[in-house]
Amino acid sequence: MVNIAIATPEIFLLSTICLILLIDLVLKDTDRMVTYLLSQVALLATALLVFSSMGSEKITGLNDMYVRDDLGGVLKVSILLLTAGVFVYARKYLRDKKLWRGEFFLLALFAVLGMMVMASANNLLVVYLGLELLALSMYALVAFNRDDGRSTEAAMKYFVLGAVASGLLLYGFSMLYGLSGKLDIAGVAAYISAQNVMQNLPLLFALVFVVAGISFKFGAVPFHMWVPDVYQGAPTAVTLFLGSVPKVAALAMLLRVLAESLGVANPAWAQMLLVFGLLSVFLGNIVAIAQFNLKRMLAYSTIAHMGFILLGSLSGSTEGYSAALFYTITYAMMAAGGFAILILLGKEGVEAETLDDIKGLNERSPWYAFIMMLLLFSMAGIPPTVGFYAKLSIIQAVMQAGYLWPAIIMVVMSVIGAFYYLRAIKMMYFDKPDNAEPITAEADFNILLGVNGVLMLVLGLFPGTLMGICSAAMVASQL
Amino acid sequence: MLDLPILSFLIWLPVIGGIGVLIVGDRFGAKQFALGIALLTFLFSLPLYGSFDRSTAAMQFVEFLPWVETFRINYHLGVDGISMPLILLNTFITVLVVIAGWEVIKYRVSQYMAAFLVMEGLVNGVFASLDAMLFYIFFEAMLIPLFLIIGVWGGSRRVYASFKFFLYTFFGSVFLLISLIYLYQLGGSFAVADLQKLPIERMPQILIFLSFLLAFGVKVPMWPVHTWLPDAHVEAPTGGSVILAAITLKVGGYAFLRFALPIVPDAAAQLDWLVLLMSLTAVVYIGFVALVQQDMKKLVAYSSIAHMGFVTLGFFLVYSIAEFAQGNTGANMSAAIMAVQGGMVQMVSHGFISGAMFLCIGVLYDRMHTREINAYGGVVNRMPVFAAFYVLFAMANTGLPGTSGFVGEFLVILASFSTNNVWIAMLAATTLIVGAAYTLWLVKRVIFGDIKNSAVAELQDINQREFIMLALLAGAVLLLGIWPQPLTDVMEVSIENLLVQALQSKVCIGAPVGGCL
Repeated sequence: MVNIAIATPEIFLLSTICLILLIDLVLKDTDRMVTYLLSQVALLATALLVFSSMGSEKITGLNDMYVRDDLGGVLKVSILLLTAGVFVYARKYLRDKKLWRGEFFLLALFAVLGMMVMASANNLLVVYLGLELLALSMYALVAFNRDDGRSTEAAMKYFVLGAVASGLLLYGFSMLYGLSGKLDIAGVAAYISAQNVMQNLPLLFALVFVVAGISFKFGAVPFHMWVPDVYQGAPTAVTLFLGSVPKVAALAMLLRVLAESLGVANPAWAQMLLVFGLLSVFLGNIVAIAQFNLKRMLAYSTIAHMGFILLGSLSGSTEGYSAALFYTITYAMMAAGGFAILILLGKEGVEAETLDDIKGLNERSPWYAFIMMLLLFSMAGIPPTVGFYAKLSIIQAVMQAGYLWPAIIMVVMSVIGAFYYLRAIKMMYFDKPDNAEPITAEADFNILLGVNGVLMLVLGLFPGTLMGICSAAMVASQL
Repeated sequence: MLDLPILSFLIWLPVIGGIGVLIVGDRFGAKQFALGIALLTFLFSLPLYGSFDRSTAAMQFVEFLPWVETFRINYHLGVDGISMPLILLNTFITVLVVIAGWEVIKYRVSQYMAAFLVMEGLVNGVFASLDAMLFYIFFEAMLIPLFLIIGVWGGSRRVYASFKFFLYTFFGSVFLLISLIYLYQLGGSFAVADLQKLPIERMPQILIFLSFLLAFGVKVPMWPVHTWLPDAHVEAPTGGSVILAAITLKVGGYAFLRFALPIVPDAAAQLDWLVLLMSLTAVVYIGFVALVQQDMKKLVAYSSIAHMGFVTLGFFLVYSIAEFAQGNTGANMSAAIMAVQGGMVQMVSHGFISGAMFLCIGVLYDRMHTREINAYGGVVNRMPVFAAFYVLFAMANTGLPGTSGFVGEFLVILASFSTNNVWIAMLAATTLIVGAAYTLWLVKRVIFGDIKNSAVAELQDINQREFIMLALLAGAVLLLGIWPQPLTDVMEVSIENLLVQALQSKVCIGAPVGGCL
């Protein structure tokens, strides 16, 4: 059944992107602001379109390729709003570093389109299509500062490893197709539920490839090698984007592929997620201690956080999935805020990326230091910040599923992880600054950063609403 | 009066006031503003005592709001006779801490004051929470201001001390979190009252008890997880040391009473020997460690550990007493009550005395900028008023009758004679000798003797501000020592009720703990 209306937001975004692409061509360098503003309008209008279509029944369309449900709606609204925030932060960086070009916004918009497609995919090939649109835009974005050797190198690494991972995923999909003769999510799910999964070797083989492909997108151990290098090499504005929004898309892929279509096979893939998740939590937190470069430190911290998300998803229960969604959304906010502080501290021509750069931040600006402290405590999972609830709901889901030892390993690793967050706070509060230059930023940047930081506290004091939204989305999509 | 949400007020007034102080900043009146908030909070805490109903063990001043509905966490506050005195202690000590930092703190004054006010609110939250997860949130959040207080305004090894403090306590409490989630999945509720009624099998009880022991034992701190305390005390600014010793250590002791004894009574009964052993080690061994310290703050820090050993000793004596009295429970209930009461009085009294000792050291340190005992001697010649206070607090620290230090220790030692093991009483009583030895020797070396150091010869006696804060504490120490009844009265019924729960087996319902092993 063709029901093209369910893809209205994506169609709208695509047409707007084409329009901006044309407008950007005729703009002079001094008028690049127009591209930026148009991109923001496109994002917010799309978010509004998505939002207005939420709350209705789950509908499939476009020959069953596409689905509109509340889960997709929540994912898409988060992706769009987070990206709008990222653009505000990125503007300062691009201006400072003389990278003020329209392509950044356009490539990012294409990536957003890819992520939206992933969030609404009802067919394994559509998932792959969205993933590739996202990945190709990201490769180009990482290489955005083409005169910088590290940026190009990072893009190359990302591309090669990313292509291999896409290959793995596609191979897994093709095996599933070969076994079941279906590509749509419901069809695959129907096939799986008639199988004895643990005895079906070809099916297990397919699962391994699918899980590996998904884990690569999360950056979970042992598919984490690209994360630190890409985070460090990419321009900070791109790292900011890469480190926050695509995580939501990765979760979308996990939910659509593993939960919706392969949900019955949970006992089979849960073991893999358990191993990957625990390794990520372990390695991410331990190695982050050895990092002096803040971007690398945050990269390893991301790996640890992704481990938490995988562990939350492995329970296969509504609580687990909604905990993972809650964790992902709040983590994306923390990561965006953290990288925004790095952008703030950078100067023309100089990147702020080591721990030394945040030294004595409390003396230079108590407000920014306070925000960064909230973000770091939130990442460490200390109440009353929202990071605590994210961890609490994941651990509760893991224990509910009967995994007591993994839960204990997770909390012990959180203690080890707290060390490097505390070290960053120590740099800001206990040390004297190397230079006492005042820090300046434009009003929109300041306001957004303030909201971002305070949101960590507000969501920590009143987590109920967001948690409710997450679990309602899961219930509506029957996960 | 009863309709006002006093407890919420006591939590949020200092927190919001603290944020207000931050916004006002260093430009004008941060100190006055902070003092105003602290005094106001103290005044608002007085009605807790005034309109407290002594005849019931039920929670009073209860507030209830659903909070995080996904996990059925409720904003549930209330106090009984056990938590109410500790809230009063907290609001009282915070006023003194603000006064203590008045002239001394020159660097980032508003942030300093704000940290203490926020801390006050969070600690009130810990004592008032009737929901385990709410308790945990306050319990953890408390680490943040204290970490900053030690790290920003501390001494030369402040980074080491603050990290050690944070990571130690964080490590302890994550196991508490696991236990609470486990209990939630067992009973479907985080409410402390529900957890206290929840029947739990023996093995889970033991694991939960061990996690409680780790979380609260680190906080108390008990030997052998006490090592963070001397470091934190030595490096913290005076105010930080006072808050650490007088308030945060009490959180651990309080949590034993609120969580460990009533929620897992069988495990507590089975493992009470372990806690008694740890407590006695703290009392005896740490007392000797205190004897050899060269640094005044370290000495008082070790003496704190020894005194807190008495608190846990008192709390866990109840199982030995009950075992000894099997058959005639009625007769020996009074000894068990006495033990817990002794621990509670000891907590409050230690709050005053250790706070006072650290304030005294702060007074000396502000003038001499050293805490080495050897740098002093003959201080009485230059600071007679100060010396009088110092000697009084030192005497209270050794447990001299007539001071508050005597009451708690005496009750605990007395109760320990009602067990079948006379060694507990014998070992506990050695503290009277060792404690006197290290405290009096400290006084002798610092206050008396000849002036050997030219810097001591130029000391000025305490000013009005310092006089006020020491006099307030001296009054409290003497009042509690001479007339402890106002304190013991309010807690009597609550402790009795607590013991009924703590001595009731959860494995075989209806039997006393250990009754059906």
